[in-house]
Amino acid sequence: MTNTMSQAASIAFDAVGKAYTKPGGGTVTALENVSLTVEPGAITGIIGRSGAGKSTLLRMVNGLEMPTSGRVRVGGHDVGASKGSALRAIRRDVGMIFQHFNLLSSRTVAGNIALPLEIAGVSSDKIAPRVAELIDRVGLTEQAGRYPAELSGGQKQRVGIARALATEPKVLLSDEATSALDPETTQTVLSLLKDINRDLGLTILLITHEMAVVRDIASHVAVIDGGQIVEHGRTYDVFTAPQHPTTRSFLSGVTGVKLPAFVEHKLTATRPATGGEEVIRVTFAGKHATDPMLALLTKDLGIEVNILAGAVEEIGTHPFGNLLISLPAARADEARAYLERHELLTEVLGYVS
Amino acid sequence: MSANLINLLIEATGQTLYMVAISAFLGTVFGLPLGTYLAVSQRGELLSAPLVNTVLGLVVNATRSVPFIILVVAIIPFTRLVAGTSIGTTAAIVPLTIAAVPFIARLVENAIREVDSGLIEAARAMGATPLQIIRKVLIPEALPAITLGLTLAVVSLIGYSAMVGAVGGEGLGDLGIRYGYQRFMPEVMAIVVVILIVLVQLVQSLGEWIAARVDKRAPKGRGQ
Repeated sequence: MTNTMSQAASIAFDAVGKAYTKPGGGTVTALENVSLTVEPGAITGIIGRSGAGKSTLLRMVNGLEMPTSGRVRVGGHDVGASKGSALRAIRRDVGMIFQHFNLLSSRTVAGNIALPLEIAGVSSDKIAPRVAELIDRVGLTEQAGRYPAELSGGQKQRVGIARALATEPKVLLSDEATSALDPETTQTVLSLLKDINRDLGLTILLITHEMAVVRDIASHVAVIDGGQIVEHGRTYDVFTAPQHPTTRSFLSGVTGVKLPAFVEHKLTATRPATGGEEVIRVTFAGKHATDPMLALLTKDLGIEVNILAGAVEEIGTHPFGNLLISLPAARADEARAYLERHELLTEVLGYVS
Repeated sequence: MSANLINLLIEATGQTLYMVAISAFLGTVFGLPLGTYLAVSQRGELLSAPLVNTVLGLVVNATRSVPFIILVVAIIPFTRLVAGTSIGTTAAIVPLTIAAVPFIARLVENAIREVDSGLIEAARAMGATPLQIIRKVLIPEALPAITLGLTLAVVSLIGYSAMVGAVGGEGLGDLGIRYGYQRFMPEVMAIVVVILIVLVQLVQSLGEWIAARVDKRAPKGRGQ
């Protein structure tokens, strides 16, 4: 297995659209005018709800689905314009792993990993050492002779990953690869993907509906909603300063920072005439992410702050915090201005009296 | 029971086995590819050809609609063309095979359609040609179901083979009718029925054993 960064290929979606004709006439638009360039050698996550079009988008990279307008290019090849043996050649450069693993029940671990090599016409004396190397790489040496039915979900996905890497692809596509796994197994599979990305330098494009997956391994993210990319950029930037409501709703799921029920029930949208508290979401990012900003707020302005919920986590190597606080409504404007001056992001959620 | 009768029973069993074995073999040789093609030529499938699929489906259905005893008589000219004669055990293999092909084809078709479409997608993503997908994915994955289907086909052929006495096909069914019914020897009829029961039982058990051996889908007796 070679380990040059030049192995990586870029993926470019250029004004891609996909429309299906319904059996009874009329069309359904799955994707509309999607343009996105995937960084070569990076891990990019596409996040969206089911039906948002992310699966269609991913399948265009290896021509399992063809665009009805626009172009998809992988390492310079126009996938939509290729067919027959040219398309099969592109597919051998693009590995793919699946939510339900899609392993052949009739073949052992080694047999499953050998399949893409057999299909590529590799001679059998070259297949065996290559398969052994891949089995070793994903840590399944003990299980080489077992059948998929005898493996756990995490082991099955490791077989899937080894199989996808067999023909030394330049791109790895991941179709909800961890969605059928428990949280602990998800972590081990994600760290394997991270290692592979680092060691082989291949481009990984993954789709998911879990923001946690994006947070854990993707350096770049695109948010898809209703067949369109509504937001994209570096993961850290999107997490710390989400622009689109869909992105925000995905983020509130992952950070797990929610108002306690007793506050949420009392929350009103309008500020009480007198007294009352303002409820604010504060996002810590950038260089003040680890500073004790609330303590400083109390010290400098004498405003007392109630902490309702909060969490601090990491995206890549950057810390990122999320706090829900309440403070006297009368002095809220002053407090928010102070926080924003220190590069924290604030969002008013409502008021309690 | 006379030694003569015992010889007759042994000979008839041999004839039945011969007819069933050859027609099952030929039925598989033609039925397996036909059934595979019926499965993959459906609209939106690997080798989508809806028109050809519909026509083939009609031919298969038509053949399966004809009662076997009528089929035997109706294709006598064809039998004579293929076997050189329309009478005897070897000649009886022709209608048995003609009946087996569409039956096996449908069983194979169903078995292949049961294969998880995710596996086809995975193979396509690897850059497999349609023929590679059929050989390396569809048939191996459908093998347990195909084996059970072939078992069913062999059991049916044992039943059909009893009817070819009508064209001098001989075998167990014919012996039962000629001696047990026409010569009023009910004990012969009873022995024939017992032999057929044992045959069917053996075929069924063998088929299930092979199917279990090729089925790697669920761990058996290994816990979990």
